[in-house]
Amino acid sequence: MIDISVYGDYKTSWCPGCGNHDVLAALKQALAEMDLAPHQVAHVSGIGQAAKAPHYITINGFNGLHGRGLPPAQAIKLVNPELTVIAESGDGCNYGEGGNHFLAAIRRNVDMTLLAHDNQVYGLTKGQASPTTAEGQITKSQPDGVTNAPFNPIAVAVAMRANFVARAFSGNKPHLIKMIQAAIRHPGFAMVDIFSPCVSFNKVNTFGWYKQRCYELDANYDPTDWNAAMEKANEFGDRIPIGVIWKTDRKPLNERFAVCKHGPLGRQPVDLKALDAIMHSYI
Amino acid sequence: MSKQSKHIIIGGAAGQGLVTVGQLLCKALVRAGYEVLVTQHYMSRVRGGHNTFNIRTGAQPVTGPADACDILVALNQETVTLHKEEMAGKGFVILDTALNAEGLPALKVPFDKLAPKAIFQNVAALGVLCSVLGVDKEYAEELLRESFGKKGEDVVQQNRQVLDDACAWAQEQQALCDVLPAVPRREPRMLINGNEAIAFGALAAGVKFCSFYPMTPATTVAQNLILHGRKLGVIVEQVEDEIAALNMALGASYAGAPTLVPTSGGGFALMTEAVSLAGVMEQPVVIVVAQRPGPATGLPTRTEQADLNLVLYSGHGEFPRAIFAPCTLEDCFHLTHKAFDITEKYQSPVFVLTDQDLSDRLMGVPPFDLSSLPPVAGPDLTDDNAAGYKRYAFTENGLSPRRIPGYGRSLVLADCHEHTEDGHITEDMGIRTAMNDKRFAKELGILSEVVPPRRFGAEQPDRILLCWGSTEGAARETADILNAQGQKVAVLSFPQVWPLKPDQFLPFLASAKEVVAVEGNKLGQFARLLRQETGFVVHRTVLRYDGRPFTPDFILAKLSE
Repeated sequence: MIDISVYGDYKTSWCPGCGNHDVLAALKQALAEMDLAPHQVAHVSGIGQAAKAPHYITINGFNGLHGRGLPPAQAIKLVNPELTVIAESGDGCNYGEGGNHFLAAIRRNVDMTLLAHDNQVYGLTKGQASPTTAEGQITKSQPDGVTNAPFNPIAVAVAMRANFVARAFSGNKPHLIKMIQAAIRHPGFAMVDIFSPCVSFNKVNTFGWYKQRCYELDANYDPTDWNAAMEKANEFGDRIPIGVIWKTDRKPLNERFAVCKHGPLGRQPVDLKALDAIMHSYI
Repeated sequence: MSKQSKHIIIGGAAGQGLVTVGQLLCKALVRAGYEVLVTQHYMSRVRGGHNTFNIRTGAQPVTGPADACDILVALNQETVTLHKEEMAGKGFVILDTALNAEGLPALKVPFDKLAPKAIFQNVAALGVLCSVLGVDKEYAEELLRESFGKKGEDVVQQNRQVLDDACAWAQEQQALCDVLPAVPRREPRMLINGNEAIAFGALAAGVKFCSFYPMTPATTVAQNLILHGRKLGVIVEQVEDEIAALNMALGASYAGAPTLVPTSGGGFALMTEAVSLAGVMEQPVVIVVAQRPGPATGLPTRTEQADLNLVLYSGHGEFPRAIFAPCTLEDCFHLTHKAFDITEKYQSPVFVLTDQDLSDRLMGVPPFDLSSLPPVAGPDLTDDNAAGYKRYAFTENGLSPRRIPGYGRSLVLADCHEHTEDGHITEDMGIRTAMNDKRFAKELGILSEVVPPRRFGAEQPDRILLCWGSTEGAARETADILNAQGQKVAVLSFPQVWPLKPDQFLPFLASAKEVVAVEGNKLGQFARLLRQETGFVVHRTVLRYDGRPFTPDFILAKLSE
């Protein structure tokens, strides 16, 4: 196991009590236990409070645009299959601004992990409704209550048969670490939707709210049973299941490209002789 | 127009096979040693409509499209009706006996007799055209062997029979057309279009990743990278939208792959957010923008040069960039190759700005000499001293050493915010100013490598035709025609439109009595840029924005107004 201190210790701009602190600590612990050195991991994010994560951990980082974490993350893995690629951002970033990329990433199935901090509110912009905020919930910008139906990331991912779909809660760190590791180990696109309470702007979905509802799926649950997974994906109310909801083993995209078998693309030489032969075929 | 070249228009509905006939004829012409320049006009539909494949050919080089037509090959009646006004003095139409020549001199071909089945009509038309132009039949025979060889000797023989019959039939008809002059045997040439030349330039520069969302007329750049990428180790991914395309490309670039993204104006509009990201992250990427008329969906398969401003100002905030505007197929290859060098070296986005005319312009060109290409810059792969590594280290010339994650122990943090030298978010005003200055210091380097504008025509001109990109060819021919009439006309053509280096061209512009900007847009965007950057005001403009490429006739008509 790698000494966890190699991932650094940074002063963050997150509020005291924010769930993000626990997610960050869990990620470090997960990487350390998996013996992943900082240079072996590429960490990609968009914009939002969760998206600042690459600035608070000593690993390779690509902090891109709002909603746009997934496209570069997938490309990084395709271009350098030797890297462990983790995209980390919030519910607004992944399911709102980046909704199309989220759907496409599930379909494309590059071997990478998405850690979605889900606090059911926009934190960075101070409290507007996010795609996962409950209908009727009152916020600063929705004073009469949210009128949109909430997006269910788990149900959508299961419906699309994403390779690996899990839910976790920042307040249950040992379980969260296990989920992060299982997602990293699973080939193909793996997502963990992590409840990470926003202590400043979401007064409904608080630490206590999640704590009261989240329960761990037991050993009898079969995550390869799609119908059961759909049922668990839709269980959201007084009781919310956490754990591996669904998994399958569709071949990852990076394994379908012959060129990816020869290591990082940028290290592969340019075959000018082959190009010359190609040009001569146009004569 | 030049008497030395012939202009053949093959017209018909989409799906009638006019491109097949045109391409076969062009290949035969190029192999026989003639010059060709093809302009393709097509509509945004798969079947029907009216499309043309316009071939200018002759023994001497041709540089741009023409209007007046010498041979009109009409695959349907609409072609005759639409193009009869364009016929040159001795021009004639080739058409099926069932069609009406509408008063034009005509060669009526009994296609039903020459081609036993409809699928052979293309070969029959090829035979007639070769015969009329005096192109040796052996070149057409060779093409049939290459095209149908895989289908078996029977198929080859059937096609040869049609070709022979068509040639023999055409020989017996009274010649309507002077055959092309004989040309000496020449070194073999490729028959390729602008987008193929761009793809070859990218491949020669070592492109390894391309993400794209299909959009005419840029798609064939990606299509060619797909076609050859498997052999050359390039990943090409069709993605969910243009936003993903450029963001993905920047991830690929971060991970060490020379990267290209092809698109057109509408798609590029969506990418501009990520152009800004490339600017602040200092992430190399080559973006090919093949222009077509806007606004919005505009004329999706036609040509225009109206996205210069979009590309020049794309992305929020300020950061350096370079914009190449290839004028010829050779430019498409060499400037795309250079674009990779500039983007890698200066870690700023670099654009290759073309248009539909150049994208689809087919010509015969010698295979590009790969052995004499200059080296392309690349990231620092040595990766020693990981402990001290800072992705955005302050340097005199603004160039911070770029390392690749996973290649060594160095950690690379690329950030979209204003950042410190090691890539972390900062709000420090001193660092902000210094980092912005660092990025702009790279512009001096980019400026030092600007491709100068080219001059053609009179040495001490009275009149200069100022142009950029695909317009060069038509402008050159216009100048040739006017100079032959005793005028003193030059062309000043810009293969790179940003940044500008005024000392490369300002004295020359000032030396002429009249400077005429010839541009494919409504506003004279380049003329305005020139005024903004240098204070030089062009005297006149010749602008075209009807979706069609410039021709010498169009320019001459506007000049005489």
